[in-house]
Amino acid sequence: MMLEFYGQQVASRLLMGTALFPSPDILQKAVRASHASIVTVSVRREAASAQSGQSSQSGQGFWELIRQLDVRVLPNTAGCKSVKEAVTTAKMARELFETNWIKLEVIANDDTLQPDLFGLVEAAKILCDEGFEVFPYTTEDLGAAERLLEAGCEILMPWGAPIGSARGLNNPFALESMRAYFPDTPLIIDAGIGAPSHAARAMEMGYDAVLLNTAIAKAGDPVHMAKAFAGAIEAGRSAFLAGVMEPRDMASPSTPVAGTPFFKLD
Amino acid sequence: MNIKLNGAEAETGAKTLKQLCDMLGYDLEAKIATAVNGEFMAKAERDNYQLASGDEIEIVAPRQGG
Repeated sequence: MMLEFYGQQVASRLLMGTALFPSPDILQKAVRASHASIVTVSVRREAASAQSGQSSQSGQGFWELIRQLDVRVLPNTAGCKSVKEAVTTAKMARELFETNWIKLEVIANDDTLQPDLFGLVEAAKILCDEGFEVFPYTTEDLGAAERLLEAGCEILMPWGAPIGSARGLNNPFALESMRAYFPDTPLIIDAGIGAPSHAARAMEMGYDAVLLNTAIAKAGDPVHMAKAFAGAIEAGRSAFLAGVMEPRDMASPSTPVAGTPFFKLD
Repeated sequence: MNIKLNGAEAETGAKTLKQLCDMLGYDLEAKIATAVNGEFMAKAERDNYQLASGDEIEIVAPRQGG
């Protein structure tokens, strides 16, 4: 069955961020190479002098660039540290991008950029009640996850590791528990991915999708890395569907023992 | 009157938020969104909103994001 987020079919299990790329041209090429069908965007203050031109550095220019890619956008509330900031930012994003989708971030701490789970739940409730379709950036905390679902979220996005840290899956045990605890909720690993192997592991665990930005944007060759992540995510998904064997403590020969030349009973 | 525009002190002769946006070169087609004193102000409401001295105005546009 095809993956769906809030009733919308999703063609790719890789969601890609659009920030930190060396140039707009490389961003466009990387999105195409990744085959991502959803990209994240933000709203930011714009200097009055920047808006008149169509430079890709201006908001208008950036929007034109995204439109050309023919992808769905998932606006974020990145940088918001209070419920009020996040709710107002979400409303501005809804008008700007003409979508009810919002990647909800309420940040607790500058060093870890970890979610403020209390603020997150509160903001999620307000936004869900106002018709938003919320993608909450959360941790692997099961209690917070339940509160988010009760608030009206239909998707959860636990972090792999702190944003931009490239550490991969910091707490695989908890992430596996979360997958097992919420078998029917779309779960997306958001943040902390560094290498395609990290993304593949998340997919092997049964996560539905991976959202990443820095690992592609800051790679030596972002376009090539976008392709590498697409392949890793597809491979991880296939492996999950195929069923990965259980590890065991002792060796077990793969070549048949029966008929081994020179075999003698001890 | 004096307002705060995107975090910086500014002086404006605009009476409404729509006038302010117009004077800054943002017509109705411009891809922007606004907030006043921390609250979202929809495009359709900008014309009705009378600016007051000390208002904190945010004008935002689409930008790269993760």
